[in-house]
Amino acid sequence: MPGKRIRVLIAKPGLDGHDRGAKAIARGLRDAGMEVIYLGLRLTPEQIAEAVVQEDVDAVGLSCLSGAHLTVFPKTVKLVREKTSKDILFVGGGIIPEKDIPRLREAGFAWIFGPGAPLPEISEFIKTSLEKRAA
Amino acid sequence: MKEEQERKKEFRTTVDGTVVKRVYTQADVNGGLDTSLPGEYPYTRNIWPAGYRTRLWTVRQYSGFATVEESNKRYKFLYQQGNTGFSVAFHLPTQIGYDSDHPMAAGEVGRCGVAIDSLADMERLWDGIPLAEVSTSMTINATAPIILAMYIAAAEKQGADPRKLRGTVQNDLLKEFCARNTYIFNPDASMRLITDLCAYCAENMPEWNSLSICSYHIREAGATAIQEAAFCLADGIAYVEAMLRRGLPVDSFAPRFSFMLACNMNLLEEVAKFRAMRRTWAKLMKERFGARDPRSMMFRFHVQNDGATSTAQQPLNNIIRTTIEALACVLSGCQSLCTTSYDEALALPSEEAVQIAIRTQQIIAYESGVADTVDPLGGSHYVEWLTNHIEEGIRDYIAKIDAMGGALEAVKQGYIQKEIARSAYDYQKAVDSGEQVVVGLNKFTTDEKVNLSLLEIPEEVERKQIERVRKLRAERDNAAVQEALAEVRRVAESNENVMPVLIKAVKTCATLGELADVFRSVFGEYREPNIL
Repeated sequence: MPGKRIRVLIAKPGLDGHDRGAKAIARGLRDAGMEVIYLGLRLTPEQIAEAVVQEDVDAVGLSCLSGAHLTVFPKTVKLVREKTSKDILFVGGGIIPEKDIPRLREAGFAWIFGPGAPLPEISEFIKTSLEKRAA
Repeated sequence: MKEEQERKKEFRTTVDGTVVKRVYTQADVNGGLDTSLPGEYPYTRNIWPAGYRTRLWTVRQYSGFATVEESNKRYKFLYQQGNTGFSVAFHLPTQIGYDSDHPMAAGEVGRCGVAIDSLADMERLWDGIPLAEVSTSMTINATAPIILAMYIAAAEKQGADPRKLRGTVQNDLLKEFCARNTYIFNPDASMRLITDLCAYCAENMPEWNSLSICSYHIREAGATAIQEAAFCLADGIAYVEAMLRRGLPVDSFAPRFSFMLACNMNLLEEVAKFRAMRRTWAKLMKERFGARDPRSMMFRFHVQNDGATSTAQQPLNNIIRTTIEALACVLSGCQSLCTTSYDEALALPSEEAVQIAIRTQQIIAYESGVADTVDPLGGSHYVEWLTNHIEEGIRDYIAKIDAMGGALEAVKQGYIQKEIARSAYDYQKAVDSGEQVVVGLNKFTTDEKVNLSLLEIPEEVERKQIERVRKLRAERDNAAVQEALAEVRRVAESNENVMPVLIKAVKTCATLGELADVFRSVFGEYREPNIL
């Protein structure tokens, strides 16, 4: 998508307050040239889905370190898909056990980034995934 | 002889990036050398004259998950392993004032801690553990008055005298706004509830620590050592001032304030940080607040090793990290210590991992010899220089925060949050560029697959806890509950202390969510502006 800046929404569903990662990623993606909407923490999947549609973003990054990911991550994707037909890229991160990743991939997450994932790797992944989708 | 080239162009501290010299000498500490002895004001070297020679620190592992029965089992296990104090982790709904069947609690029940919805749960949590004899630290903040009320009621049912209970509630909302984010009410209402609890304890629970002022979460969120220390002490100042405004004399409450700090990987910097905090707090209490009781000036602290220094890659390396961090804490004379289990970057700790974490402390205590003399690093030119340097850095930040009107104002303006986020981002960039080496993460990496047996929380925990709270609501005397809730509302709207009515209310089995809802409707809910 040459010429168009990628719009990404970063949010924390559920009650988890660990926002260091989400904030660093929001800043990292902004420094990588993307338009970033940081929605904040303690949000319901409904609130996030509403914002995703209103902000017309290309990608969504969800972060959760409390263990509620299997509940809140898939629900968010489902609600977004009900509201829009746009092919939005979903990525996730946090403390996510390896064995939960297949279920999240199945629910529509393109990738799950674990602790220690470098910022350039995340921004590169979002860029190339969106380019592939547009091609 | 030709001078050998050093392996880096310059060496810098991680506390604020000051250049570290090749060697430190007497000249670097001249004029600033602290000649006080352990147990002497300003307590730089230790608050007690004999340090660990009289009594070792308390091994206090943070723990709690799933249901009260599961956590109760883990507590009994810890007790058998030599854990000498309990530290309760509550699940997020309990921390944020929701019962387990609330929609916001979906997916969170029993995950990060134990689910407590009512007095009945609290009683089961301590089944077979005599509350009159143990000391219990509870990581609870926005709902601390409710949880403490339940703890008191549960202890009374066991036949314990509340005046003799020993333990701590965290009750530190300022750091929640700075970093940890389990606030419910706005900063002013939060301050009122915090001081209600402190005032109640000052009068009724002489052995209870009513406030644990935390910098752990501030550090975990990405602050530097100086920022951690400075924001923590600035929060402490704000609490002292709030109590003084209630008309309480400083020596009536300050001895019951304790601290909870983080320990990161740079051993000598961390030792200097703990020493600088001890000295700065003593001076603040004496010079700024006119404390006379030495106990008001004594900086008593618990440390938890920085979870954020654990890596998910090559997790066994975390045992070494924990050892270095724990050593720094012991060399500094902490009062109690929680060592991080090696699998915590991946999940809640397994029993095996917790056992190694406890053994780490025991090996330091009984084999290393570092606990045999007080402040063994005192007098090291570098450590003394760093101690002075960190104290100066703390004072600069405190002056800045004072100029804003104190920590409460600084938090409302987002100043502290922004400072922390900036440091966190700088650190992440340094790791990404390889400038900051993290072994196994950005250097000496392998492709090994992590294969650990991790603790899992079964999905039926949530369903069972929901059934339990619904059954409780159906079976209790609901007229008595309504009456108690109305009484809590009346007191919340007045200037009276909320603690006595809360203790009455929890005894009717009014739930945590119902009580938090009363406060929500009186104080409103706080939503923080998103600060990047």
